[in-house]
Parts: sequence; C-alpha cells; structure tokens
Amino acid sequence: MKMIVAILQPHRLETVREALASVGVHGMTASEAQGYGRQGGHKEIYRGAEYEIHFVPKVKIEVAVSDNDEDRAVEAIQTAAQTGRIGDGKIFVMDLSRAVRIRTGEVGEEAL
Amino acid sequence: MRITQLAQWVAAIPALLVALTISDQAMAASELNSGDTAWILTATALVLFMTLPGLALFYGGLVRARNVLSVLMHCFAVACLASVAWLLVVYSLAFGDGGAYQPYIGGLGKAFLSGVGPDSMFGTIPESVFFMFQMTFAIITPALIVGAFPERIRFSGVLLFSLLWLVLVYAPAAHWVWGGGWLAEMGVMDFAGGIVVHTTAGISALVLVLVLGPRRGFPKEIRPPHNPGMTVAGACMLWVGWFGFNAGSALAADGSAGMAMLVTHISAAVASLAWAAIEWAKFGKPSVIGIVTGAIAGLASITPASGFVGPLGAVVIGLSAGVICQWFTSWIKLRLKIDDSLDVFAVHGVGGILGTLLAAFFAAKSLGGLGLPEGVTMSDQFVVQLIGVASVAIFSGVVTWIIAKVVAITVGLRVSEEEEIDGLDISGHGERGYDLT
Repeated sequence: MKMIVAILQPHRLETVREALASVGVHGMTASEAQGYGRQGGHKEIYRGAEYEIHFVPKVKIEVAVSDNDEDRAVEAIQTAAQTGRIGDGKIFVMDLSRAVRIRTGEVGEEAL
Repeated sequence: MRITQLAQWVAAIPALLVALTISDQAMAASELNSGDTAWILTATALVLFMTLPGLALFYGGLVRARNVLSVLMHCFAVACLASVAWLLVVYSLAFGDGGAYQPYIGGLGKAFLSGVGPDSMFGTIPESVFFMFQMTFAIITPALIVGAFPERIRFSGVLLFSLLWLVLVYAPAAHWVWGGGWLAEMGVMDFAGGIVVHTTAGISALVLVLVLGPRRGFPKEIRPPHNPGMTVAGACMLWVGWFGFNAGSALAADGSAGMAMLVTHISAAVASLAWAAIEWAKFGKPSVIGIVTGAIAGLASITPASGFVGPLGAVVIGLSAGVICQWFTSWIKLRLKIDDSLDVFAVHGVGGILGTLLAAFFAAKSLGGLGLPEGVTMSDQFVVQLIGVASVAIFSGVVTWIIAKVVAITVGLRVSEEEEIDGLDISGHGERGYDLT
C-alpha cells in the first residue's frame, strides 16, 4: 500500500477529486495548507503597497491506495492538477505499512 | 370697589386665556418642527451605525487576523468613552456659552446637561436630539484615529489618549467652527465636519504615529489585510451612515438636507470609480479594497462641502478624492515611511482638507452651488477656508503631540515586542478572533 500526499492549487481540488474517482480511487482527506516551494511565495498589492506573501494558500490531499493503483492515481493527480504555471504543487508517495477500518476492524487493502 | 376690581379681572380672563393659547401655538409653530426632529433622530442612529459597527468592521478587516478583535474593541470602547465624556464636559465645551472666552471655547454651563430638559430647544429640534446627534460625531472622530495605531498600541493608552484628545482637541475645534467660535465668526464653511472631524482626526493620526512608531517589521514584513470582505461590509455601512452624517447636518428635513444627501452619494460613487480605475491602469487589476477606500475618500471629501455644492461640485470633489487621496496613501507609506497603518491621514485628513478648500469654489452659484454669502467672492472664501484648515491642523498636531507624550510617560503608549508578536487579541484581551490552530 502507498500513501500519496499531494500539495495542490486550491482551485484544482475538485478536478483532482473527479480524476481520482474516474480511475477507481475512492476516498481522500483534504486540508487547507500554506507553503512555498521554489517560487518562494508571491506578491499582493493593497492600497498601492506591495505585500510579500511567503506562505501561499494550498490544499493538501492524502490518498491511501493499493500498490496496483499507485501509478494510475499519481498520473490522475498530476494531469488534473496541472496548469503549467509556477505553483502547481508537488506529489509525494510513501510506503504505507498498515491500514485499519475503524468500524469493522478490517486491515490492509480491505480497509482502503 | 373691591367687587368692581374682581369683576374687571373676571371679565379679563377669557381674553387672557385666548392670548395664552395663541402665543402657545405661535411658539410651538416657530420652535419644534416634528419633521426636522424626526429626521435628526433618524440621522443620529445612522451616524452611530457608522462607528458601530461600520468603521469597526472597515478597520477590522484591514489588520492581520491576530489583531482583529483589538480593533473592534478600540472602536467600541472609544464610542462608550466618548459618550460619557460628551455628557460630562465635552458637549458644554463645544456648544455651551463661553462668555468672555466664547471665541475660543465654550463654558461649563451645560456640563452634565445641567439646565437642559425635555423642553429645551435648539433651533427647531429638542436640545436632547441635537446633543445626541452631535455626540455621534464626537464618537466617530477619535474612532477614526484608531486606524493609525492598530497592532501595537496599549489599550489603556487608547483610552487615555482618546479622552484627553476629545477634551483638548475636539471640543475646541468643534467650538471654533460650529459652536460660535472665532472661525464661525470669520465665516468658515464646514457643513458636516471636513475640518472638525476629518482634518482633526487625520492630522492627529499622523502626529500620534510619529510618537508611537511603526509596527514591527514595517514596511517590509507587514501582513496584508486579513479579511477584505469584512472591510467591504464596513465600508458599505459607512456609506449609508454618511447620509445621516451629511444630510443630518442641515439640522432640518429640507432641500438643503436633500441636496447634501445627493452630492454625498455622487461624490462617493465618482471617487470609487476613480480609485479603481487608477489601480487598474497602474497595477493591472482593480481591487475591492481599492474601490471601497475610494468611496470613503469621496465621502470624507464631500463632507465639508455637502450642504453648499451642487452635482458639479460633487463630481469634481469625488474625482479629486479618488486621485489625490490615493496618491497620498502611497506617498505617506512608501516615500515618507510613516506607518499610519490604515491610512487615516491620506484618506480622511487629505479628503477633509481637499473638500474644505474646494467648497470655496463649488459653493458659488456660477459653479452649480447653493451660493456664497452676499458680497463674498470665491477667493475671499478660499482664504477663510485655508485659515480654518491650517489653524485647526496646526492646533490638532501640536496638542496631539503633547497628549501622546503625556500618555507615553504615564500609562504607556506601546505594547512590548512579545505582546505585539502574539497579537493584541490574546495579549490585550485574552481572546481570539478565529479558531486557528
């Protein structure tokens, strides 16, 4: 099993959710996040004054998938989240050692 | 003999009664006007609504999230404090009879409203209504200064500063212009407070932050407005409330009030569009913070001129507000590097001064105004307006500097660096505006 953590542009969340659903991945956790990567934040102007925004608003999603689904899921996220502009985000994949469905006690891929 | 006298008296009674009734009616007709009274009661509520919650939300949205409650608290507490001070002495100092000192300050004869009852009149409205209407101006003026010092001032400093400022700056300035003082005698035109409210608040804001110092990290590391939507909601309430501010200042429900409302609205609309258009051309995007700031600049600018100018004056004053006030926001912050945090001077001070000076021209009948007094030319009036603005500006600046120094060495003006980093909500009031992790 793999845990996919992806940092997205907030407005791509819905597209990514649809893309994952269409490749058979059901279930994810999304949270609002702030961060910066190589672009190092951005600038906003209020009343003529420039403000340096170091931490840009992002959405972080966490998706647990079976080993078989990993490639399809990563590709779906990458395609759906891409705008081609700086700040599109990152995808990280980690090994997942254990999963438990709390309601039934099922473990492993059964629990996903 | 006694009987004859009695008979004469009795015979006179009906005539006396008739005379009394007639004079009663005549007095009622010339004194209390229920239309005027109803409008000023309404306008009073509108002007209080400008501060609570209009100005509080306008300012609250512009600071960072950890200071939002402190700004709401400043506006609210200043409103309460100003009300009590108004009752105790400030109303009397502004509008009471100063006797020998009448040109400079009112007396203490009306302190705690002594001698003022339900039947006391001010023009065609009860004095209680006049007292309340003017009180809402005394509330919003120190509340405007709140925009200069957020995110770093000590709460006790806000209270002491505002109290001293009302007595030592607002009361004399209001007396000079509206209470029959020397500027009123000279014929200065300030319909609703371009000098009394916006010049005093704007100049004092600037001087106070020179004593207080900038926010930590200014100008490089300052955070942008945390909730522009809150600012927009507040600005909209200010706009609507301003109808009471300007049209109420006619102190009557008449054509002057109607025209004041009309020019107020037009000036705000033109200034909003002008501000947004400049941003659009300069930065590529018109911002919502920009358009609502333009509205407030247009409203502040038309304030002194509102009962004197016509639609042409409103358009020109609104346009100048959108252009000149915007230029000053950048100049003060970016060039002079003065952290008048929410641009009180650039928007209110500059706007109020601008409108006061332009009123001299656009009040003239030839420029669509309601007319200058008999025999007064535009340049005569301009000189009077200039004297009015300059004297009140210098007076406000000097006295504010002294008050700020006194507050700094007594209760203290500024919080510690640690309190500033934690934010004034938690460090000053023990509360959080938002449940952030």
